[in-house]
Amino acid sequence: MSGAHGSTVTRLYVAGNSRIHCISPEVKLVAVFAVVVVGAVTPRTEVAAFSVYVVAAWIVVAMSGIGFARYLRRLSVIVPFVLFALVIPFISGGESVNVAGIALSIDGLWAMWNVLVKAGLGATMSIVLSSTTPVADLLHGLTRLRVPRLLVAIISFMLRYIDVLVEQLGRMRRSMVARGHDPRWLWQVKPIASSAGALFVRSYERGERVHQAMLARGYTGVMPTMASQRAPLNEWVVVMVYPAVCLGVLMLAVV
Amino acid sequence: MPSSSIEVRDLRYRYPGEHHDALTGLSLSVSAGERVAVLGPNGSGKTTFVMHLNGLLSMQSGEIAIGDTSVTEDHLREIRRRVGAVFQDADDQLFMTTVREDVAFGPANLGVTGDELNALVEQTLARVGASGYADRNPHHLSGGEKRRVAIATVLSMNPDVLILDEPTSGLDPAGRRELIDLLAGLDQTQLIVTHDLPLALQLCGRSVIVSGGQVVADGATAELLADEALLAQHRLELPLGFDPSRL
Repeated sequence: MSGAHGSTVTRLYVAGNSRIHCISPEVKLVAVFAVVVVGAVTPRTEVAAFSVYVVAAWIVVAMSGIGFARYLRRLSVIVPFVLFALVIPFISGGESVNVAGIALSIDGLWAMWNVLVKAGLGATMSIVLSSTTPVADLLHGLTRLRVPRLLVAIISFMLRYIDVLVEQLGRMRRSMVARGHDPRWLWQVKPIASSAGALFVRSYERGERVHQAMLARGYTGVMPTMASQRAPLNEWVVVMVYPAVCLGVLMLAVV
Repeated sequence: MPSSSIEVRDLRYRYPGEHHDALTGLSLSVSAGERVAVLGPNGSGKTTFVMHLNGLLSMQSGEIAIGDTSVTEDHLREIRRRVGAVFQDADDQLFMTTVREDVAFGPANLGVTGDELNALVEQTLARVGASGYADRNPHHLSGGEKRRVAIATVLSMNPDVLILDEPTSGLDPAGRRELIDLLAGLDQTQLIVTHDLPLALQLCGRSVIVSGGQVVADGATAELLADEALLAQHRLELPLGFDPSRL
């Protein structure tokens, strides 16, 4: 049943040709990374600076044309962090304020805000990046940023085979269920553990076969270059305006 | 169109830690441009044999030559360009994240780059009837499409010899027929390892039966398939109702 199902990784990409889609992947990677770093180092009390970051990020989301509904759905990955953050004001110590009769720690409220805004900003940037850049292009971007080719190859193989692995796992689970296995309790976990072992062995064997297929096509230990041309300088300049503005806001705020 | 002969003499091989030889003196000679089916039961040494042809298994004893180049460590690079191996599981063959990169992998290793590489990819995909697949993820292709793209990944290296391990396994009837049409249109010397006896009859004028690590029968496919006793002795069976003399 290969190929029939949507893949876990590649379905993040939303086809389009917005201005964000058209940015070269290496430029996008650097810009996203820079914005996230600026956000992360901004002191949590600089609310004005964060407001600018968030509005700017939303403008980028709007420009990418991925749709706000989809953006919010994908943003839901940070829900666990949000839940954790919401607990902090109740459990931290220090000075507190009374809100509707409940004492909330002021320090805790700041910590909550810090987690929420930074996680939100980081997730927004990742969503824009993954929704507007095909996985293969991201890998090319990493290569052009001089990330070691071996590392890029490892990431690429992981992305290529994760779906194959998930399918294998699904087949093994179905075959267990078909023979009456219906785990409900912890002590019934053994077949799952042993199937994980089997999966490991199968993946290892596949790794060997893939390596042979690579050797058969002239692989000598170095991944060949296939990345096309680099981004032009003016593209870098235009796109870097975005992190530069964020950095400028940060400077204005803290100086 | 290039094609090379294959000369194999007295090939012996034992897997590390095993107590018997997987190949026990296998000899075979195939002329340039010939298409030969390699038949035989599971575990007879067929795959072990073909993995020697491009040096994936290094020879312990015997000799192999592709054209006038012997398969040795010194010539591995050239041998691997000239001998294209298509493996049984296309998921092993297609290891990159797009079809384009997979088809480009071989020629890129040979130093082809830029526009020349792109043109080569498009041209090769067109040859296997997979134009327009370049930017797709191999995982999303059907079984037949995967198999044709897998063949494209070696055709892009412009090989003289094609080795195909079970090319039709797991394909639906239409996918199988399309694959047969594709192979019939290629001029390279072809060695097709298969359990699909009708395929052997349709594509290959000549077949060899490998059993117990050596060639035990070598002749016209129609004659071999008509010899019921021979087939039965080597665990080969024609599909029910299939009469090779009436094709």
